[in-house]
Amino acid sequence: MSDTRSPVAYPEPLQDLLDTFATFDDPSERAQVLISYSDSFKEVPPEVARRPFPKDHLVPACESEAYVWAVLRPDGKMDLHFAVENPSGISARAMATMLTKTLSGLTPAEIATVSPEIVERLFRQNISMGKGMGLMSMVGAVRTLALRAQGIEQKPVNPLACPE
Amino acid sequence: MSTAASAYAKPDVLVSTEWLAGQLNNPKIRVIESNEDTLLYASGHIPGAAHVDWTADLNDQVRRDYITREGFEALMSRIGATPDTTIVFYGDKNNWWATYAFWVFQLFGHTNAKILNGGRLKWEKEGREMSRETPTFTPTQYKAPERNDKTIRAFRDEVLKVVQEKGQLVDVRSPDEYSGKRLHMPDYPNEGALRGGHIPGAKSVPWAKAVNPEDGTFKSVDELKKLYIEEQGLDPSKPVTAYCRIGERSSHTWFALTYLLGFPNVRNYDGSWTEWGNSVGLPIEK
Repeated sequence: MSDTRSPVAYPEPLQDLLDTFATFDDPSERAQVLISYSDSFKEVPPEVARRPFPKDHLVPACESEAYVWAVLRPDGKMDLHFAVENPSGISARAMATMLTKTLSGLTPAEIATVSPEIVERLFRQNISMGKGMGLMSMVGAVRTLALRAQGIEQKPVNPLACPE
Repeated sequence: MSTAASAYAKPDVLVSTEWLAGQLNNPKIRVIESNEDTLLYASGHIPGAAHVDWTADLNDQVRRDYITREGFEALMSRIGATPDTTIVFYGDKNNWWATYAFWVFQLFGHTNAKILNGGRLKWEKEGREMSRETPTFTPTQYKAPERNDKTIRAFRDEVLKVVQEKGQLVDVRSPDEYSGKRLHMPDYPNEGALRGGHIPGAKSVPWAKAVNPEDGTFKSVDELKKLYIEEQGLDPSKPVTAYCRIGERSSHTWFALTYLLGFPNVRNYDGSWTEWGNSVGLPIEK
């Protein structure tokens, strides 16, 4: 079984999810669970956004044309919402559902702990060439929004860029 | 069959969604789905289709090479195919991985193969039946010949000879990859080669220009002639080598040139830019 210890302490719902996925040795079992998350994807409600979705909510480098919104509640917690326009965006919808289920409703500080490294831990051999980049970009976009809610502006980071 | 389709050099290599829908219970046909996204098949596929994954099933797991004869025989046995089985390939992304699988199958001489025109996109857009049930197949005994790398596959030194002799090369990557501005397709990790640019003398014809984007079907023979022959000056009477980054997009172009336009001598350089752009001393143009 792989090491599920995170470089930082993730919020409990996300850590529980990662621990669960760490138990999947069978690729097909992992695939079925990811597909079930994709099946339960719920699109951004109309009171938050309607089509055509504004481009400033478009997740960069995501070929599934995913959009993300972060809505701050009066109690200081944050809700996450997504849209995935590509009908074949199975992986993107699965990622959106998992991010929503584990992070939505937490504080921005808690949400901002998420890291693109969770993509490999969730998708493993189900990451195809382009998908990995897009999925990491979705996670990065969530983190950026959570940091922005705290007044911290972060320059978008290419998760695959070589260190200078 | 449409007039446009009947003008293809080998029109029987393409099958329509309508035709395939009526053949799903034909035991002599085996449908294969091959995608970029490995989750797609499990999320729904043409009923009875087998899944062939390009990384796990078609590539050697240690060396950068394709499967051996034994590996191909095992694959065919797994999907219950015999040399007499008609294989129909389809997949996502305008059938680019379907044509890749088709090309690999030709290395082993399984010529009884077709491409579903329009691929997964067209099938889904037409609201045709999809299934999540993974079919089981009775294993077969399949005797394959040794892999033939001489006819439709090109290697680095052969391509260098083409450059030196000013032969015909087609670079099917995006314009930014061709110019060296990017090392991979837009929205993909910008990595894979140390140098950007293209093989000297290569014409730039992005692979997806061969298909109609709204339904993934191949363009008409007249449109393909205009694209490859009139606009790029490709001579069908001379050999052509197509390449991309790892040989998957270029297999799509290989298919279009060979089967739809009837070019008799087309090879796919599967080492492609990940080899050429990383190799010491090979010439590059920008």
